[in-house]
Amino acid sequence: MATFHEISPNASAGAKTLNWIDNRFPLSKLFKEHMSEYYAPKNFNFWYIFGSLSLLVLVIQIVTGIFLVMHYKPDAALAFGSVEYIMRDVPWGWLIRYMHSTGASAFFVVVYLHMFRGLMYGSYRKPRELIWLFGCGIFLALMAEAFMGYLLPWGQMSYWGAQVIVNLFSAIPLIGPDLALLIRGDFVVGDATLNRFFSFHVIAVPLVLLGLVVAHIIALHEVGSNNPDGIEIKANKDANGIPLDGIPFHPYYSVHDVFAVSMFLFVFSAIVFFAPEMGGYFLEYNNFIPADSFQTPLHIAPVWYFTPFYTLLRAVTSEMMYVLIACVLAGAVLAVAKIRMPRLFKGAIVVGALVVMAMMMAIDAKFWGVVAMGGGVVILFFLPWLDNSPVKSIRYRPNWHKALYAVFVINFFVIGYLGTQPVSVIAGRVSQFGTLFYFGFFILMPWWSRLGTFKEVPNRVNYTAH
Amino acid sequence: MSETLAASGPNDPSKRTWLIASGCAGAVGGIAAAVPFVSSFQPSERARAAGAAVEADISALKPGEKMTVEWRGKPVWIVRRTPEQLAELPNLNAQLADPKSERKAYPMPGYALNEVRSIKPEYLVVVGICTHLGCSPSDRFKTGPQPSLPDDWQGGFFCPCHGSTFDLAGRVFKNKPAPDNLEVPPHMYLSDTKLLIGEDKKA
Repeated sequence: MATFHEISPNASAGAKTLNWIDNRFPLSKLFKEHMSEYYAPKNFNFWYIFGSLSLLVLVIQIVTGIFLVMHYKPDAALAFGSVEYIMRDVPWGWLIRYMHSTGASAFFVVVYLHMFRGLMYGSYRKPRELIWLFGCGIFLALMAEAFMGYLLPWGQMSYWGAQVIVNLFSAIPLIGPDLALLIRGDFVVGDATLNRFFSFHVIAVPLVLLGLVVAHIIALHEVGSNNPDGIEIKANKDANGIPLDGIPFHPYYSVHDVFAVSMFLFVFSAIVFFAPEMGGYFLEYNNFIPADSFQTPLHIAPVWYFTPFYTLLRAVTSEMMYVLIACVLAGAVLAVAKIRMPRLFKGAIVVGALVVMAMMMAIDAKFWGVVAMGGGVVILFFLPWLDNSPVKSIRYRPNWHKALYAVFVINFFVIGYLGTQPVSVIAGRVSQFGTLFYFGFFILMPWWSRLGTFKEVPNRVNYTAH
Repeated sequence: MSETLAASGPNDPSKRTWLIASGCAGAVGGIAAAVPFVSSFQPSERARAAGAAVEADISALKPGEKMTVEWRGKPVWIVRRTPEQLAELPNLNAQLADPKSERKAYPMPGYALNEVRSIKPEYLVVVGICTHLGCSPSDRFKTGPQPSLPDDWQGGFFCPCHGSTFDLAGRVFKNKPAPDNLEVPPHMYLSDTKLLIGEDKKA
């Protein structure tokens, strides 16, 4: 415990107040630790604004959400009408609602860019694994939040999207059907489902989300930020123990982020005012039709931020299962033949592969589609242990690594686009190929990330003053 | 404070035992307290009671037409098939995943376990919910080439969500995401033109 600090009686009223607080709550200490004496690398680039921006969007979502709940009715008979009421009759309701709906998409835009930054510069590598894990948890919570929020307007897409996703759980062998019943609270998606999703969307998931955000930032401030060079700035400190390549977050990056915030708000406002539906990508047209449990819209697709994972789900057909079984077989053979390990491990791999292959043949492709979709997200959690490259940052990796990352991004866009489209033979084949590439990129990463000629990493960060 | 405790010699192991025991007792209490909360996720008594059987009047249904009735919140389709449509059904067997409805995921009532999957060959009664992920397939009764369907299409249902196709007996085609044929609900004829859906003679 800190000793009680006396201040001169001649000090200003402000200083006295601060001293009074600091003796009771670590206000100045917290401000120093997290702002004015948190040393961030001086070579941050454009990619480093998305963390602050996602915090901004979180605040936008919470504030607009609080105001929407004042007018919204979580009742299957009233929900659709209450959203239209907000749009037409509540003063400025349309603005609050469009900010919330655009905010949902904006959240995923900044979070995807933030995650890609981590991927490029190896920000998940030791000692930042927990930051990455908390971040993946945030991503998962965000997906749950977005999915449950999408049911609330009770339009056709809300209804059938929820119907499809909840039915995913019924594909799990043995417990599936009961689990789906437990989630819906009825035999079909209905009033009970709407009410509980409302509860999760406005209370449960936001609380989890806030907790994870705090953990994410505490972990970050414990180890310090990574940077585009992937160099630990704490390795070079001056006489006072301050990193030579570090600058205080406040005022340097707080001002830098305020600029980014204003740029972001330009784009955000332009969308809110001029294209809140974004051509059917942010708000789907079918969702302006009230939910009808008898009529599935002719083309249903999730909102854009779920479509890459939706394609992983759709790609797994019974034909695709043969390819996947072949992949498991090849993986097991390679592991046994190429990797040096005790006999016991090799035996375990063979037995494990046989069990998985037997399950793949016994259980429907539908279940494995669900596994692929979930696995597409869960595999991100393992990234810190999949990446074995000797350098963190893409800058010092072989050029073909950069090309591979580019292909990964293009593939992610392609499977994202295909997820918005109706099924067809060609699109089906492309999405199956895209699915194999997506998983191959991660599963083979321990191997390919070590290959090639890596460039020399400098001792100090690259930085030119401007 | 902690230093003086550590200096006072080895801990009394019986205290540790009691700490673990009370920790376990607390955990059991915590799990027991979770039971009512998790149970509240189950369908309420009102939702369970809403599953009563419904009557359908099929007197106005013309050959080649479909009508829909609601049972347990789900659409139940009644399709009056034409003789040509019925004649085509056996020819499709090779293209179907489970032509004889032998899979057990949605048990077939015995009275519909036949070539046309219905009590009266003319009238097909199925739950209009895709066995993949629960979308409601759309009618594609017209034969011949059309978007999203094979060129030798003989009429049936197409699920817009993930492209599963079903023939006019509600049987799913091979290599589609849906694993099962459309469910046949328990049903019986009260008269020639009155169907009761949700109950059959056994019940």
